[in-house]
Amino acid sequence: MADPVLRLAGIRKAYNVGTPIETEVLHGIDLTLARGEFCALIGPSGSGKSTLLNVIGLLDRPTGGQVHIEGHDIAALDDAAITDLRSRSIGFVFQYHYLISAFTAVENVMMPLLVRRGFPDAAMRHTAETLLDRVGLSPWKDNMASAMSGGQQQRVAIARALAMNPALVLADEPTGNLDTKSADAAFALMRKANQDSGTTFLIVTHNMDLARRCDRIIEVVDGRITADGPPHAAPMPV
Amino acid sequence: MNRLLPFEWIAAVRFLREGLAQTALIVTGVAVGVAVIVFMSALLAGLQADFLRRMFSSQAHIVLLPPDEVARPLRQEAGAAVLATVIRPSQRLRSIDQWQGARDQLRRWPAVTAVSAMASGAAFAVRGDVSKAITLMGVEPEDFYRVVAIPDKIVAGSPRLGVEDVLIGTQLAIDLGIALGDKIRISTAIGATQTLTVVGIFDLGNKGANQRTVLVTLRTAQALLGLVGGATSIDVTVTDPYAAEDVAQAIAAATGVRADSWIRTNADFFSFVNSQNLSNAAIRLFVAISVAFGIASVLVVSVVQKSKEIGILRAMGASRGQILRVFLIQGGIVGFLGSLLGSSLAGIILAFWRSFARRADGTLLFPVSIGTQLLLLAALLATATGLLAAILPALRAARLDPVVAIRG
Ligand SMILES: Nc1ncnc2c1ncn2[C@@H]1O[C@H](COP(=O)(O)OP(=O)(O)OP(=O)(O)O)[C@@H](O)[C@H]1O
Ligand SMILES: [Mg+2]
Repeated sequence: MADPVLRLAGIRKAYNVGTPIETEVLHGIDLTLARGEFCALIGPSGSGKSTLLNVIGLLDRPTGGQVHIEGHDIAALDDAAITDLRSRSIGFVFQYHYLISAFTAVENVMMPLLVRRGFPDAAMRHTAETLLDRVGLSPWKDNMASAMSGGQQQRVAIARALAMNPALVLADEPTGNLDTKSADAAFALMRKANQDSGTTFLIVTHNMDLARRCDRIIEVVDGRITADGPPHAAPMPV
Repeated sequence: MNRLLPFEWIAAVRFLREGLAQTALIVTGVAVGVAVIVFMSALLAGLQADFLRRMFSSQAHIVLLPPDEVARPLRQEAGAAVLATVIRPSQRLRSIDQWQGARDQLRRWPAVTAVSAMASGAAFAVRGDVSKAITLMGVEPEDFYRVVAIPDKIVAGSPRLGVEDVLIGTQLAIDLGIALGDKIRISTAIGATQTLTVVGIFDLGNKGANQRTVLVTLRTAQALLGLVGGATSIDVTVTDPYAAEDVAQAIAAATGVRADSWIRTNADFFSFVNSQNLSNAAIRLFVAISVAFGIASVLVVSVVQKSKEIGILRAMGASRGQILRVFLIQGGIVGFLGSLLGSSLAGIILAFWRSFARRADGTLLFPVSIGTQLLLLAALLATATGLLAAILPALRAARLDPVVAIRG
């Protein structure tokens, strides 16, 4: 069996290290995500979900513990290697779409490929158009990102997260800013990508309905994992 | 997206186009600065070139002269009282020792482009009962015309000089009522007199020079001035007039003849040119600085506005270097576009200036043009200023922590 997509061991994360206001937010997190898992990460506000996601997404280094992404121990990597690993293995979806407003929808989806390869090419555009088609936005592909509805923008952001065909997609409250219908559509797209391509998803959400539709629910309270299992065993909303 | 452009250029151009109003405003600001610099530089260069042209129309870059005669006390024994005041002798007309040798040596000098020996002195030009004080200059025409382009300044007749011929200035021609082919009598302090034929009349562009200057062959002047076989000065033209003083010193050291450069003899003018250049440089610097601040402030605002987008680009795998370049390129583009617009603007201002900076007779005060070299320099300078101005904003963008940028 191949390496798990993600393996965390004893992850600690403190902010303001070395100052009087040093606070530890994560107190030893152990977590393994296998290829193709579709997981929800829940927990009360301030419990450390975003902090954990940033550590997993290699946007932030932990103050203790080990992070392995697809078998790579990130402690052994320098910044350039981490940037490289991140762009190859991890896609991001945030609460706000953060599309680059000066580019069209299809160009935004191309962006991870463009940033990596340096020069645009036809294959890139083709990949991006296919992805936009999968999220149902072909007719709007040449719209400027800023000239689309919130739901459409989030679907572009999902397509963009999938552009590099990453092993893991991290979504931080991806539906938090959408109406129910758009939220359902966005969630369905992620589920479909998971089923079609075997992409692993870790989705932070406050929406228990959506959480229950995942294969696995992980609950974090005060920087510790307090529950981890299939939806039927999950706690009631907090 | 253009296939030939890398991500950094594509993003830079898109960002500039997105904030079109901002971009247009700052490009205009740069253009005004460039226009001021280009126009001022052109004007100054034209003015100075005109000054030099006038000056060198009647003057060589370097003039070799015999050393001043000084009086030395006869005895100078230790302990003996010596008169403190030494009376300076009056300077009589003297030839440069071994002037042919010095001339030949100068002709082989690398920085020297023309050498002309001259025998000159005070004389009177007499016609009928009118007599005028003149400076009689005896030259070897071939050599002399390479130092001072007399043939270009001839307004009547020809520059060809024989031993019986004379060239005079327009003003002297008027004063003495002389026409081409007339004869004038030249007499000197030593009592020598010769009657010569006026074969040409020239205009040196300066009334005083046109009144005084009288050109004859070297041989004629030698006879009239009592300097048989001698030369009172050697005129030298060099490749770089501004280096004339250095060349003059080298010549003086090598030949033992006194060598005065135009820089020394026109020290006032030269320090005027220097201070002009200095103040022009200062103005350039301050305009460049204010332009740089303008560009920098616009880019800083843009970095702040785009911090979330920069954060997401970094999260997607863009390197700090890529982000840095996106903003540096924006600065460079703004500077370059500003220089194009500014140069055109300078051209318009210049056309406008030409239409009113004229003398009463409608001729231009002095010729001014914007050369390609100046335009290239302006483009280079403006682009460099843009790049420089973009360094701080670009560093700021590159240093953005994606986590902070996305959360904030
Ligand atoms: N950069 C930071 N510096 C200091 N403290 C921070 C920083 N980022 C987060 N924190 C603190 O860490 C704790 C966890 O924050 P985090 O954003 O991970 O919570 P969360 O579970 O994502 O909350 P929410 O559901 O509201 O998004 C909070 O107490 C927060 O104030
Ligand atoms: Mg959060």
